[in-house]
Amino acid sequence: MRVALFVACFDDAMFPATGKAVTSLLERLGHEVSYPPGQTCCGQVHWTTGYHREAAALARGFTGAFEGSEAVVTASASCAVAVRDAYPRIARSARDPGLARAAEGLAVYELTEFLVDVLGVTDLGAYFPHRVTYHPTCQSLRTLGVADRPLRLLRAVRGLELVELPAAEECCGFGGAFAMKNADVSVAMVADKVRHVRDTGADVVCAADNSCLAHIGGALSRLRGGVRVMHLAEILAETGPV
Amino acid sequence: MTASSGTAGEARAPVPLPTPKFATAARAALADTRLRRNLRGATASLRERAGASPEPGDWEELREAGRAIRDDALLNLDAHLEELERAVTEAGGTVHWAADAAEARRIVLALVQATGAREVVKARSLVAREIGLNGALAAAGITARETALADLVVQLGGDEPSHLLSPAAHRDGAQIRELFLRGLLGAPPDLPDEPAALVGAARAHLREGFLAARVAITGANFLVAETGTAVLLESEGNARMCLTLPDTLITLAGIEKVVPAWADLEVLLQLLPRSAAGEAMTPYVSSWTGVTPGDGPRAFHLVLLDNGRTRALADEVGRAALRCVRCSACLNVCPVYERTGGHAYGPVYPGPIGAILTPQMRGVESAADASLPYASTLCGACADVCPVKIDIPEVLVHLRGRVVESRRRRPVPTPELLMMRGLAWTMGDARRYEAALRRGTRWARLLSRGGRIRRLPGLLGKWTEARDLPAPPAESFRAWWRRRP
Repeated sequence: MRVALFVACFDDAMFPATGKAVTSLLERLGHEVSYPPGQTCCGQVHWTTGYHREAAALARGFTGAFEGSEAVVTASASCAVAVRDAYPRIARSARDPGLARAAEGLAVYELTEFLVDVLGVTDLGAYFPHRVTYHPTCQSLRTLGVADRPLRLLRAVRGLELVELPAAEECCGFGGAFAMKNADVSVAMVADKVRHVRDTGADVVCAADNSCLAHIGGALSRLRGGVRVMHLAEILAETGPV
Repeated sequence: MTASSGTAGEARAPVPLPTPKFATAARAALADTRLRRNLRGATASLRERAGASPEPGDWEELREAGRAIRDDALLNLDAHLEELERAVTEAGGTVHWAADAAEARRIVLALVQATGAREVVKARSLVAREIGLNGALAAAGITARETALADLVVQLGGDEPSHLLSPAAHRDGAQIRELFLRGLLGAPPDLPDEPAALVGAARAHLREGFLAARVAITGANFLVAETGTAVLLESEGNARMCLTLPDTLITLAGIEKVVPAWADLEVLLQLLPRSAAGEAMTPYVSSWTGVTPGDGPRAFHLVLLDNGRTRALADEVGRAALRCVRCSACLNVCPVYERTGGHAYGPVYPGPIGAILTPQMRGVESAADASLPYASTLCGACADVCPVKIDIPEVLVHLRGRVVESRRRRPVPTPELLMMRGLAWTMGDARRYEAALRRGTRWARLLSRGGRIRRLPGLLGKWTEARDLPAPPAESFRAWWRRRP
């Protein structure tokens, strides 16, 4: 299958290891990966912060960059939501039926959906001998409804000890601009998330979205919490000593 | 509410409270440890009750039916309201129309003054809060006695409700005991702070008020258009006392409370009690229609309030908020509400539903009202539990758009507008983006120590108040991709 990689702008700049991991995973499974060079930002932040005109312009750019792709895959759950869930709304608010059609023509998948549903694999031959807990980000859990797909992928990883995160379904408090506009509430929320993460005794907390992980990881780092954050894709890409 | 003395016959507007922005109000709430504990306890116990009773097998169908019933009621609101007025009038009641809070205050005050009563008993009514009725009554020398237990606590405490269903959710037993000792005549000094004892003290206090009252003011959960019937759900039975003992009954309701027919209640009375308190049915469901000679009140007045509702109705996305049946389920699951409580959301409508109702009813010009659509992480927990399927995150994002549009019209652009425009311009072209990416990465790496950034300048400094940011790697993904063999 020909897969067009959609790398979130913050992943491009801050977490390039995630995109590299997705590339190696898909190539290992025998698929042809491309990276459309015209892509920049999907417009999610502009949309959710209320800058709807700017979001529409970015959405037009995005659909242009990925036009004609067989399958678009991203390791950011919230960006997948932006394109699949928000683009029709962005098009409506901009009164742009062309954008609505262009968005409808794109087959965008979040990574775990693509692996489990489209490719039908859960065992990627990964080896990761660590204690790991999983945070289901709100957009993965509620908007995409990825359910237990990430957990099925993690359970198939050799050496990995998966521990359940208490109050896992509660938001970490990131929320894009919320983390700045309502910094105090955001910090109060991540304080509880960090407490639950540390209660698991895990070495690694993983998720399918680096934006939430940057938030949880940022708090853990400030507190020298002794737990690192890792995108799920990077765990799945670990093969260990061959 | 108001300290000014009003002339009789005139409904003075309550002095508006200077409302701070959500973030400012939230900061104070977050630092109040007792409040935090009380809210954790209240929301957890309400969630537990909701979780304890099994969902009916057709719960999703019921929600969909509830959504459809409320939508239909709203889309044909004009016809339903006319039918309601006809039916109420035929049953011997009088309908009054109030375009805004001031008009509603004038109407109610005139009705009370016409009876000559110096005291009224009040059952739960959010609309009474919305129009600032207690302040207007006090200014005219009329005492309002709150009869719902939690409203009584709020009244004695001199503050505002913090929860739609449990207005005193921010108070614990010890605080309520202190308020009762100070404010309730005849409360024994050795009053324990257990619920049963506190309820007993309140009952003794209220009973006397009920027997003396000549005028009652209540809210309503639903108004049935075909028969002109008002319906009210409560757990204490105090509202039923208000409905039956006084001579004059004044019911306040927003115009959106109307449903076409009794048959619609079959669905709504399954949804509301379960979403509100995990109950199959609320202990007291009262319904009343006009007046009945020789039984109950001799005069019935229904005051219907617009106060921004028709404006909300005109908004294709925003109107979903008017479907709300005030169950509070969205408050109980909201991680923001659980930490800040209701006061941070400003007066009357707290929590996620307040964040989409208040800015629609009051507009987004003030900084406080404009901050409400941003008082959410868009986590979506509220939308999952809403019994009438209001997509609260969708409406929040829509209203954020309205806030930004209103700011665009200002002569001087806000720093945020400049930043977001600049960001969009940069992202509008892959070469511009890549140049900015390289510059930004160099700059961020200079700010970092030991692989992390501990302080960022400007608007981003809010992030690093309590969170690090990892230093970006020297090579971006796209740079890596390009040099890949």
